[in-house]
Amino acid sequence: MSDKKYWQSFGERTQSETFRKSTENEFSEDLPLDGLDGKGLLDAKTPRRDFLKYLGFSTVAATLAASCEIPVRHVVPYVNKPENMIPGVADYYATTYISGGDVVSVVAKVRDGRPIKIEGNELSSITKGGTSARVQASVLDLYDTARLPYPIQFMDGKIQEVSTFEAFDKLVGDALQAAASAPLVLLTGTITSRSTKQIISDFLAKSPAGSRHIQYDADSYSGLLLANEATYGKRAIPSYRFDKASVIVSLGADFLGTWLSPTEFARNYAQGRKINEKNPAMSKHYQFESIMSMTGGNSDDRYTHRPSETGAVALALLAELGGSVTAPALPDKVKAGIKAAAKDLMANKGKGLVVCGSNDPNIQIVVNAINDTIGSNGTTIDWSAPVQWRQGIDSDMNGLVADMNAGKVGALLVYGVNPAYDYYDAAAFKTGLKKVKVAISFNDRLDETTELVKYVLPAPHFLESWGDAEPKPGYLSFMQPTIAPLFKTRPFEESLLKWSGNNSTYETYFKQYWLGKLGGMDAYESALQDGVVEPKTPPAPAPAAFSGAKLAEAAAAIAARKKGGALELALYQTVSMGKGHQGNNPWLLEFPDPVSKASWDNYAMVSPKFAKDNFDIDITDRRQADKYEVHPEQHVILLKTNGKQLKLPILIIPGMHNDVIGVAVGFGHQSADPDNTRNYYGRAAHGAGVNAFPLATWNGTTIEWSAPDLSFEKTEETYQVAVMQTHSSYEGRTQAVKELTLKDFIKQPGEIPEDREKELKPFGGLKDFREQGTLYPDYQLERPGIKWGMSIDLNSCVACGACVIACHAENNVPVVGKSEVLRYHDMHWLRIDRYFSGDPNDPDTIQTVFQPMLCQHCDNAPCENVCPVAATNHSSEGLNQMAYNRCIGTRYCANNCPFKVRRFNWADYTGADSFPNNQDQTTVGHLDPVVFQMNEDLTRMVLNPDVTVRSRGVMEKCSFCVQRLQEGKLNAKKENRTLKDMVDIRTACQQACPTEAIVFGDANDKLSRITDMRDANNDRLFYALEELHVLPNINYLAKVRNTDVVRGVTEEKPEAAAAEKHA
Amino acid sequence: MLPVKEIFPQLYQQTVNMIYHRPVVKWLRSHILLLSTLILTGNGLYAQDGHALFQANCASCHSPFKDVIGPALKGVSERIPDKNLLHEWVHNSNKVLASGNAYFKGLYAKYNTPMTAFGSQLSDPEIDAIIKYVETAQPPGPPPTANGTTPAPEEDNTLLYGILTLILAIIMFVMLQVNSSLKKLSDDKEGIPAHEPIPFYRNKVYITFGILVLFIVGGYFLTEGAIGLGRTKNYQPVQPIFYSHKVHAGINQISCLYCHGNAWESKHATVPSLNVCMNCHAAINEYTQGPKLIREDGSEVNGTAEIEKLYSYTGYDPKTGKYTKPAKPVEWVKIHNLPDHVFFSHAQHIRAGKVQCQTCHGPIQQMDEVKQFAELSMGWCINCHRTTKVNFPDSTGAGNKFYSIYERFHNDLKSGKMDSVTVESIGGTECQKCHY
Repeated sequence: MSDKKYWQSFGERTQSETFRKSTENEFSEDLPLDGLDGKGLLDAKTPRRDFLKYLGFSTVAATLAASCEIPVRHVVPYVNKPENMIPGVADYYATTYISGGDVVSVVAKVRDGRPIKIEGNELSSITKGGTSARVQASVLDLYDTARLPYPIQFMDGKIQEVSTFEAFDKLVGDALQAAASAPLVLLTGTITSRSTKQIISDFLAKSPAGSRHIQYDADSYSGLLLANEATYGKRAIPSYRFDKASVIVSLGADFLGTWLSPTEFARNYAQGRKINEKNPAMSKHYQFESIMSMTGGNSDDRYTHRPSETGAVALALLAELGGSVTAPALPDKVKAGIKAAAKDLMANKGKGLVVCGSNDPNIQIVVNAINDTIGSNGTTIDWSAPVQWRQGIDSDMNGLVADMNAGKVGALLVYGVNPAYDYYDAAAFKTGLKKVKVAISFNDRLDETTELVKYVLPAPHFLESWGDAEPKPGYLSFMQPTIAPLFKTRPFEESLLKWSGNNSTYETYFKQYWLGKLGGMDAYESALQDGVVEPKTPPAPAPAAFSGAKLAEAAAAIAARKKGGALELALYQTVSMGKGHQGNNPWLLEFPDPVSKASWDNYAMVSPKFAKDNFDIDITDRRQADKYEVHPEQHVILLKTNGKQLKLPILIIPGMHNDVIGVAVGFGHQSADPDNTRNYYGRAAHGAGVNAFPLATWNGTTIEWSAPDLSFEKTEETYQVAVMQTHSSYEGRTQAVKELTLKDFIKQPGEIPEDREKELKPFGGLKDFREQGTLYPDYQLERPGIKWGMSIDLNSCVACGACVIACHAENNVPVVGKSEVLRYHDMHWLRIDRYFSGDPNDPDTIQTVFQPMLCQHCDNAPCENVCPVAATNHSSEGLNQMAYNRCIGTRYCANNCPFKVRRFNWADYTGADSFPNNQDQTTVGHLDPVVFQMNEDLTRMVLNPDVTVRSRGVMEKCSFCVQRLQEGKLNAKKENRTLKDMVDIRTACQQACPTEAIVFGDANDKLSRITDMRDANNDRLFYALEELHVLPNINYLAKVRNTDVVRGVTEEKPEAAAAEKHA
Repeated sequence: MLPVKEIFPQLYQQTVNMIYHRPVVKWLRSHILLLSTLILTGNGLYAQDGHALFQANCASCHSPFKDVIGPALKGVSERIPDKNLLHEWVHNSNKVLASGNAYFKGLYAKYNTPMTAFGSQLSDPEIDAIIKYVETAQPPGPPPTANGTTPAPEEDNTLLYGILTLILAIIMFVMLQVNSSLKKLSDDKEGIPAHEPIPFYRNKVYITFGILVLFIVGGYFLTEGAIGLGRTKNYQPVQPIFYSHKVHAGINQISCLYCHGNAWESKHATVPSLNVCMNCHAAINEYTQGPKLIREDGSEVNGTAEIEKLYSYTGYDPKTGKYTKPAKPVEWVKIHNLPDHVFFSHAQHIRAGKVQCQTCHGPIQQMDEVKQFAELSMGWCINCHRTTKVNFPDSTGAGNKFYSIYERFHNDLKSGKMDSVTVESIGGTECQKCHY
């Protein structure tokens, strides 16, 4: 274990010069001593006398400014205060996050009438309080300045406001009347709301004959739906029970990050990954994939293949399991993997689960056959409650586009989808749209589709809406407004009601509908209060009748598939952007991808071998690794497939299949006239990546996110990609993570404690290290009362990033924009470090470890004793506190922090100060438009009023959500009781985490969960960089990998030596 | 009571000093404690006497002396001799009405407003206390005059000391001059050649000394001035309505939390919304019996006119008793301002800390228009945190159970190692208790 070599960057792996140099400097930039030119101070641009003049002037000016009249402030109370509203105390309303077809039950925190934070709804048995990065970020979308403020119509290409809803209804009524000769089509994402479905069917009944509702999902699951229809007789998707699976095989499904229901799956998956030390056991996860996905990074054994071989892998697995198909030819390594997976699946009949991310129905039929063979139908594949989101069938959409082009569509009503951006053949959609007589959009902004329609009536954000959703039959989730509509918006449902002659508002309709269904006011109110209504006893897992009749046909079709060329393309979604439905969200855009650690762009992920062959970058060579890594400029390549092309910068990602290039969708929103993007779609989205949806291919039945024939051209261009992983280095200290295999853990459970004991022996050993490791007395030991502590289980953490965004929202963490990230000025208080090990040239050997890294709140903190003004010091409760107002910005603390978790505010990113010069771009450097988007009055409404908005020139960092600690303690004091563990106080990251990887509490409380966690996991417990005697208050639980092979053990040395010789 | 502004300029000076001079702090601690005790006696937040109960529960509809929304309460025990019946009526008036009691039916017919059913909110002894109060209450007479509990104003000796110092300095100067003259004389006598006499204004020793004194005195005032920048002690702006806390909280003994109830739950105490004012002022529409209201500039205030201002804000027509015009909120001038980087919670202080409002807001029950009493500086906060004892739970069950986790402190208290636990000892002076 201990000699396993981890690397976060290629430079670290090869110990290159630049890397070593960079570890010496916390801050990459030199001091801005411009114009000195070695001429002596008097000849410099700002000589000493000028300096003194400025100093004197500014002192006097500040004194005058400060002593001038103090502004008069007013306090304006209500005339009639709402009875249950207390200014300064947050209210919580249960509601439902619905975006791009995803449904998550949430609770919105509302402070003084403004929703400011989203938490998961713990009453929901589907997500059980878990959230994702996108759910956490959705509150910022509410305050997006790019939202349309009122209904509009396009007159001769110009936007014209429609003053009233009545006027809009009249306009649309007339237009629909004129277009009544041809059928009307309602184009939406998958709708799970019963009331909305009812309204739609009533509306369609009154529309011209042939009118229909088409559900379209850009991330299509048609293949799965059609395969299930062929084998199970139902066009539906079952519930996957990862918690009941002890062997999980994923064929390219990123089920922890983006596939189908990642929040639910991550939670269930983590159940099987938590280790009970007394009886260590965990699930086994095989991943077969083409690109390096987050799920792949979490897997135990990972094998790479071409996207065109996915079907072959499925067939080979079925054949290995004894199915009546022949195994096609595959590389030996993959074959070995299939063999191992099959063996495990057979040994765990009824406890295995195979999922596949492909959208080819034939492949999914084979996967269904596999699941039937291993007995998972009815155990890990549960048909008692099929999922109801993602019901779109690609051929419906394809048919619609054909109809539109044939002029067979009279009116098109678009709600919540953006095919002009995310349809594979967007060009055909756009030409078709021109032939539609009336096109109306209900989208909230002028996105690529909406700017092409004539009438736009924006629908409110989900936090402003009434509504319901039914993610699974019988599992209802309700929405209620948490704020009055910010803009002149009207629910989509209400428009349909109006236009079909029903004059009630959607609110009334919704209430009447659910009063009837739920049976009375009490039930209705409790449904709104809880946010969910679920079956009292969950239905027992049920199988569905399986028919293998179509299997042979499917196998034949797979065998007949076109073989891939020299290079293949795989499209994928990132956890932050998904398919781009929250494309203008600055928090999500700045979120570094868990695997590539790049933000603000998409890029072509290529393997190290590809880079070596084509660009002569050998990242195992220390000089070339430097050349590649130190400069953010990346080579740009032109990808070509199916007559379409795309220019993208390359990023070298270990673990990528050598013949595959991976490109993320969801980026690159752009208006028809690119100059309009900023105003139409939003400032943050402008220039963030390129749109990769057009590269998807149509296979005759469904849309596939891969292309078997990809060619590329080198270009002379370069492009800057903002990669964050190299920003903070541990100065060569690699013991920040610990990992072992399950086998070793069972064989030698005491390995980690023994290692720690050995290492700390000279300083008193494990037991006395705290006292004997230092000359100074330990004041912390004498303090009675609370002692905050956090435990992070690396085995449960899947790197989904919900915590990172939750931290943003809770703590007013600024967004700095791409140009600032490129200058190492990123501000995340909590980051998730990614470590690779293994041979970069062999993708199958790459093992990945993720480690959330935040302020460790060291009891013997190195940052505290270098602060010249004592702005950072220690509290009696073990917090490493930061007094922003005292900080003078020397940055000594950040320099002395071994974990590199302190962040310096370089440019007053959130506009905290009333001094306008704080964001003057001639002094602080170029700031991106997104910074100013975050400074808008509207956007600033998302700020948490209990947390200081930091200004320029101060250091900031994780505070353990001290505002929550104080609030929790006060609540206990108010009620005259002690703290309730895990109830009164939870940090934002802990609460957001879908896998419960983070436990926080009072470590002095013998009965608390954190004490229990530390006692029960002694064999896996470790502290990051413990040997420094910084005494962190955060402990980690080591990652246990259920594999036989430990990668990356002492293999680089000969290579490194060789490289040295060359040099 | 002592007029605050007379004593506080002096206190102010010392408060500024006290972070730096510990002996002064000790002196002041005792004075502050003494002062707060004096201010607070007899005016607790929760005095369980009949007067307070009456003000909190009945006053919005009843007066002891005249009929308002409900009947005048004086003489109620004669009108309803059956105490149980009266209790019943207060607890659940509907039930009594339903039972067909003729007297109460008559009342209901006369006032056409049902009596609020207090249920278990008021206990029988509490009702008795209220009745005792209304029966013994006297119609308000002339304004109460200062009574004998006022301590004699402390003399300001600064001037005396200053003059004394000056005199001593002059004496010293004269003596030094005399000394040098004598020395010169004796030197002359002894034949030691004399230097050219240097006038004192060119004597380097004097000049240095003078500069030093100037530097220290100037530096002192500069620092004081700089520290005082942005502080607004004694700030007393003119408000849109002359609202007298003296009349409400002082004379009428309305509990602070009746209007500022938010302080119980939230960090903000908040100025009450207008509907809270109208709870009482729907009935109380004139100011006739209280003391004369005088502005700072000496002009007299017409109380009834001020109440009418309230009506104009709320759109209330006192003649018909209806809200006839659209209401608009009052823009009060905010007096107590804390910087944005300070987190201050009223709930924390009054509920967990059991701090009286007057500790920070001064003798508010004596102020007509409110002025800022405390300095609201960090030194002022910290000093209180250093001296204030925490409401630790004891064996009798009193105190806040939250603090039971401080085991070692409990043991030390028991063994006598500590005599009290202050806010500071549980971390109340650490940065992130207020700044985050």
